[in-house]
Amino acid sequence: MADLSTTYLGLPLKHPVVASASPLTESVENVKRLEDGGAAAVVLASLFEEQLRHEQQAYDHLTTAGTESFAESLSYFPEVEDYHVGPDRYLELIRACRAATEIPVIASLNGVTDEGWTGYARQMQEAGASAIELNVFYIPAALDVSGREVEDRYVNVLNAVKSAVDIPVAIKLSPFFSAMGAMARRLADAGANGLVLFNRFYQPDFDLEKREVRPNLTLSTPVEIRLPLLWLAVLYGRLDGVSLAATRGVHGAEEVIKYVMAGADAVMTTSALLKNGPDLAGRMVAELEAWMDQRGYESIAQMKGSMSQLKVQDPSAFERANYIKVLESYRLDYPTVV
Amino acid sequence: MAEREMTTIDGNEACAHVAYRINEVCAIYPITPSSTMAELADQWASEERRNIWGNIPDVMEMQSEAGAAGAVHGALQSGALTTTFTASQGLMLMIPNMYKIAGELTPAVFHVAARALAAQGLSIFGDHQDVMAVRSTGFAMLASGSVQESHDMALIAQAASLRARVPFVHFFDGFRTSHEVGKLELLTDDDLRQMVPDELVLAHRGRALSPENPFIRGTAQNPDVYFQGREASNSFYAAVPSVVAAVMEEFAGLTGRRYRLFDYYGDPQAERVIVVMGSGAEVARETVEYLAGRGEAVGVLQVRLYRPFAAADFLAAMPASTRTLAILDRTKEPGAPGEPLYLDVISALAEAAAAGTLPTATMPRVFGGRYGLSSKDFTPAMVKGVLDEAKKEQPKNHFTVGIVDDVTHTSLDYDPQFRPANEGVVRAMFFGLGADGTVGANKNTIKIIGDDPEFYAQGYFVYDSKKSGSQTVSHLRFGREPIRSSYLIEKADFIACHQFNFVNTTDVLGRAAEGATFLLNAPYPADEVWDHLPRPMQQQIIEKKLPFYVIDAYAVAREAGMGTRTNTIMQTCFFAISGVMERDAAIDKIKKAIAKTYKLKGDEVIQKNFEAVDRTLANLHRVTVPGVASSDLELAPPVPAQAPDFVQRVTAMMMAGRGDDLPVSQVPVDGTYPSGTTKWEKRNISLFVPIWEPDICIQCGNCSFVCPHAVIRSKFYDQDRLADAPEGFRSAPIDARGFPDIRYTLQIYLEDCTGCGLCVEVCPAKSKEAAGVKAINMASKEPVLESERANVDFFETLPVNDRGRVDFSTVRGSQFLEPLFEFSGACAGCGETPYLKLLSQLFGDRLQIANATGCSSIYGGNLPTTPWTKNAEGRGPAWSNSLFEDNAEFGLGFRLAADKHEDLAQTLARQLADRIGPDLVDETLLAQQRTEVQIHLQHGRVAAMKERLAGIEGPEARQLESVVDHLIRRSIWIVGGDGWAYDIGSGGLDHVLSTGRNVNILVMDTEVYSNTGGQMSKSTPTAAIAKFAAAGKKVGKKDLALQAISYGNVYVARVAMGAIPQQTLLAFREAEAFPGPSLILAYSHCIAHGINMANGLNQQNLAVHSGHWPLLRFNPMVRESGENPFVLDSPRPRVSLKDYAYNELRYRMLSRTNPDAADALIAQAQEQVTRKYELYEEMAARMGG
Repeated sequence: MADLSTTYLGLPLKHPVVASASPLTESVENVKRLEDGGAAAVVLASLFEEQLRHEQQAYDHLTTAGTESFAESLSYFPEVEDYHVGPDRYLELIRACRAATEIPVIASLNGVTDEGWTGYARQMQEAGASAIELNVFYIPAALDVSGREVEDRYVNVLNAVKSAVDIPVAIKLSPFFSAMGAMARRLADAGANGLVLFNRFYQPDFDLEKREVRPNLTLSTPVEIRLPLLWLAVLYGRLDGVSLAATRGVHGAEEVIKYVMAGADAVMTTSALLKNGPDLAGRMVAELEAWMDQRGYESIAQMKGSMSQLKVQDPSAFERANYIKVLESYRLDYPTVV
Repeated sequence: MAEREMTTIDGNEACAHVAYRINEVCAIYPITPSSTMAELADQWASEERRNIWGNIPDVMEMQSEAGAAGAVHGALQSGALTTTFTASQGLMLMIPNMYKIAGELTPAVFHVAARALAAQGLSIFGDHQDVMAVRSTGFAMLASGSVQESHDMALIAQAASLRARVPFVHFFDGFRTSHEVGKLELLTDDDLRQMVPDELVLAHRGRALSPENPFIRGTAQNPDVYFQGREASNSFYAAVPSVVAAVMEEFAGLTGRRYRLFDYYGDPQAERVIVVMGSGAEVARETVEYLAGRGEAVGVLQVRLYRPFAAADFLAAMPASTRTLAILDRTKEPGAPGEPLYLDVISALAEAAAAGTLPTATMPRVFGGRYGLSSKDFTPAMVKGVLDEAKKEQPKNHFTVGIVDDVTHTSLDYDPQFRPANEGVVRAMFFGLGADGTVGANKNTIKIIGDDPEFYAQGYFVYDSKKSGSQTVSHLRFGREPIRSSYLIEKADFIACHQFNFVNTTDVLGRAAEGATFLLNAPYPADEVWDHLPRPMQQQIIEKKLPFYVIDAYAVAREAGMGTRTNTIMQTCFFAISGVMERDAAIDKIKKAIAKTYKLKGDEVIQKNFEAVDRTLANLHRVTVPGVASSDLELAPPVPAQAPDFVQRVTAMMMAGRGDDLPVSQVPVDGTYPSGTTKWEKRNISLFVPIWEPDICIQCGNCSFVCPHAVIRSKFYDQDRLADAPEGFRSAPIDARGFPDIRYTLQIYLEDCTGCGLCVEVCPAKSKEAAGVKAINMASKEPVLESERANVDFFETLPVNDRGRVDFSTVRGSQFLEPLFEFSGACAGCGETPYLKLLSQLFGDRLQIANATGCSSIYGGNLPTTPWTKNAEGRGPAWSNSLFEDNAEFGLGFRLAADKHEDLAQTLARQLADRIGPDLVDETLLAQQRTEVQIHLQHGRVAAMKERLAGIEGPEARQLESVVDHLIRRSIWIVGGDGWAYDIGSGGLDHVLSTGRNVNILVMDTEVYSNTGGQMSKSTPTAAIAKFAAAGKKVGKKDLALQAISYGNVYVARVAMGAIPQQTLLAFREAEAFPGPSLILAYSHCIAHGINMANGLNQQNLAVHSGHWPLLRFNPMVRESGENPFVLDSPRPRVSLKDYAYNELRYRMLSRTNPDAADALIAQAQEQVTRKYELYEEMAARMGG
């Protein structure tokens, strides 16, 4: 029996499969189901500062609209004493999940303002979060924002949160940096305890019937593991003391194995759990174990990074030459009539 | 013993604060102005606040006040301490039970915010007509005159009732006291326990029905004993005055506040004495004390216990020196020899005179009169006017004061300039919009100042008649002594105008005292603002020497991220320059108040308000006032010169806020007012209006269909007419084949637009070049105002499209029909009014409407201006409102009369056929009247018949003339909201449906009592919160459609204009064509749903597609052709209920306050929705019905 245990952000995990932030991790019942289903840790659905701010404003607007205008209807809603527009519900979720489960509970934060990042991070720590994942969801749509400024933004957020909390802090990254490696190093230098590769950005679709921008998100597919796999393999072993987590496209043990071999300390899955239910994590782990046993792997530690750039025979396979090969193989797969 | 707190609350809360704590059951029903008491009771119960015995009162909303009274009666008979809160017609509905409760000697207190009764018109405002109408029920009656008294008397009434076994009505003046915010000392639970000892409670329970100790109460009695039985309770009534007096003494011992059955104030040797009760007594007291201090021998006797009328105590309280008594009644009893209090006093004096027990040397002269009906302000000047009249040899009896009666000359003259000095009181007035938060900020200010132990504070708020863009005027007083001035401020030391456009429409400074401070929110800097003021305002500033300050509060709000909320900014200005409190201390208190007020709304809102406060002082500037007025601007006239005479004489006065000055002769004698007056009131309340893009438009009519205020009109016309069009008048070729010379114009009446944006939301046409640009888009009004005014004028000259040439069956076609419901005062984006407008377009020229009381009767019928109008031929909807509870019956009455008179007209026409012309009579009586062309022809025949009748002599001809119009098919519609249809009018509605008569019923279903501020109805859906369902409604909404369908011969439709407008149109036409009763349930999004109203139609669509509101039609006529009369018009639900519901605060609120309960309830609601749809599918699948 292979030893599946791993360590992520300094947190000992029974195995590398972690349920990442999704609607499934919005309630304590589901988090409990995920634990029962076999997840080694959970990342709670993100707390969006912007959403909280928006909701506070909307609540203010909707409870006051039309009031104090007409003598018969000076208000339209009963006065309530405990309407929660702040982070209370989220913090309660952290507390409840910690109380109800044995596994690490990682809070996820998407901030807007400095006070938002630090304030909410501090409250998450106080509520008992095992660690915090920073979900820096930022599309630099302004054309006068330089790459350097974007990078600084990530680093500044990390610095601010690190100075506010003692628990481990991971940062979920965009793949769209000119120099991913350098960026990873900057974050490591700034004290990141972990890097999560990669965030799936909001990419809108168009509704042709209504001619509207349709803000929807599709579930990931296994093919999407390529980009994180590349960068995990590149970064593995080069950032001292920084955990690496893979997320995207994990639908079965195969992706878990690949990610671990690339160098992931933890492998996160969302779409597959949403599609197949919380028990899938357990099934993935069983398959992982069987695969490792079949091939005589003793432990995750043994397997981890075994296919990384540091450890493969031809490190250039991760660089430009590999790109050319892909193009060639593409032609081979789909011959065209000349 | 706990220390008593001082607090600043309104009269309703003050009363409920006691009533809640000394009762076990509250059976309630909302009615203005008492609703707040019931709402608070429900809220406190949901917060699990306890009464003095440690339990949580059971608060039950009933279907009507009659229901509430029944439940009260039952709870009392079962031994629970029970109360209710009501007013006006609500109290009328309780009368039958009140006789029972009193006849059975049952202790209970009904707390009444006394209000006018609907007579020639409805009024929500305060007087004593309602309580006077129950004086014969056997209830004792105790009157409060102030906020503190409404708190104290609530206890005294209960304590006395339990001791005397006689039920009490405890009343105070609606609005003037119920809504006045004042400072008072709160009674502790210990105080309450002391006054309501357990033995009284136990005695009450001991008289309750119990199978363990059975007896019968409520027998039917015969002539042998009924009479004696009625007399058997005399001794209990005889004891009431002494019981109340004893309780008052006990109360005085406890609290130091001493009340008597009749309190006398003024000169102990007074010769002229006013007798009055309620808040008017406060005014009278303030006035007589001022006058007595100046040597006048005057006084006031304040009546507290009105029933039983304690004549001996009255006489004892009256100074022996009294020579003249002036009795003031706040009520009207047409035909009576005098008003009730007057008659009671006369009787007391006459009996004493006869018995030789008069305290005075001779019988005083007594004269009485009426004052203050419907919250007509009652001022010290009027008090003095009455006292001056009392000096005369023969004072005018049965007088009125406060109005000019130039018809029967009842009114007293008085000097309106008189006012007591009231030194040390600061008076401040604030002109704002409902939407800008002025009132909320002022309530906050009162609390801030009232919380200071040094100060007393008073606030009263005047609202206008519109639900959108409404003006508010706040009247605030502050001083170091208790404030008795229960009347509007007449001379203000501080005036703030929170909206710049008021300077052109309102005499903002009319009540400014000399040297008063004037604060103006203006979009101009201090060195420019002067030139933008109208001349009368400039003159007043100069003449009254007003220090003048200006701030651009909207700019400050924008900078602070507050959007358009200027309340905190203007509040800060008030504290900064009024001098009421030290500036820094005041600002510190504002911030503390902000933190408290917005605690629930989150830190974001708090921080923005703090920032607004901080930015305010730097932006507040004093204006250097020039020595002379330089402006050419005058106040805009309220109506244009071409308005009809009545509008000029009467309506315009009301619009200008000078309705108080209208003499009796100018006011209709029977409440009949001309139709179509909103068109004269260009309110210009929105800064943004829709602009039409003819090139993008597909002429679908959707925008006009949904426009709640009928500001989007379409016409088609011959292109030659464009020759006279002003430059920039927009048009497009009509989108129809075969009409190359016909143009189409969609005209926006932008001065009447409320800026709701529904038209833009519903527009399906988008520019091919830029998807964000539609065929109709919101834009700033100011740049186009002048040109569009000219365009509207020109558009009006284009002929209204011939109803015979319009395709009624399409949404597009229906929008060429002239709306005869326009520019109402409904909320911006109202979900109800588009249905009424459609009704007026389809059937307006033969439409007669019975309108239940509620939102639709208010935006449809609240003066000064009303939206139901008429066409160029002078025809249009005839509209009336009876009551809340009887609307279906009222409308059925219309039908009965119409049928009777149609029948009479037919009979008479046949009798006179030879003289009228047999052919014409035959054609008229046999005419089909289904299509517009047929109806148009029938109009012509009836006109011809009238012409011929004019030349025919004899009574039959005159008779026929009086009813001949009934030969044109009349469309009777009974309209109202869900509060009426599902609750209070449910029984009547059901009965009317059962009659089979041809009436059409339109229920505009907002699923909540909208007009009274969002209380639960039986239409409120599961999982939504509402007042009286603060913890979320736990049972499903009643399926009124299925109930009606069960009759089998009723046409029923459920529609939602925002989902399938074509189905709405079809249902309206089918309902009208159906020869029996029809019921249309129309989903109406509402501000009480907690939505952005611009999304109202989207929510309607989601309501349908989530299955919450399945569209259906049940047409019994279809059965004749062997088909299933039940048609399901909306597809199977394809969005979850949550995706619809959680866009609305009414659902979302619970998910934030109690997520677990919300989850459970929404799941339950989803299941109900799914089951209901399955049932409908089954019904729709059956063939042949």
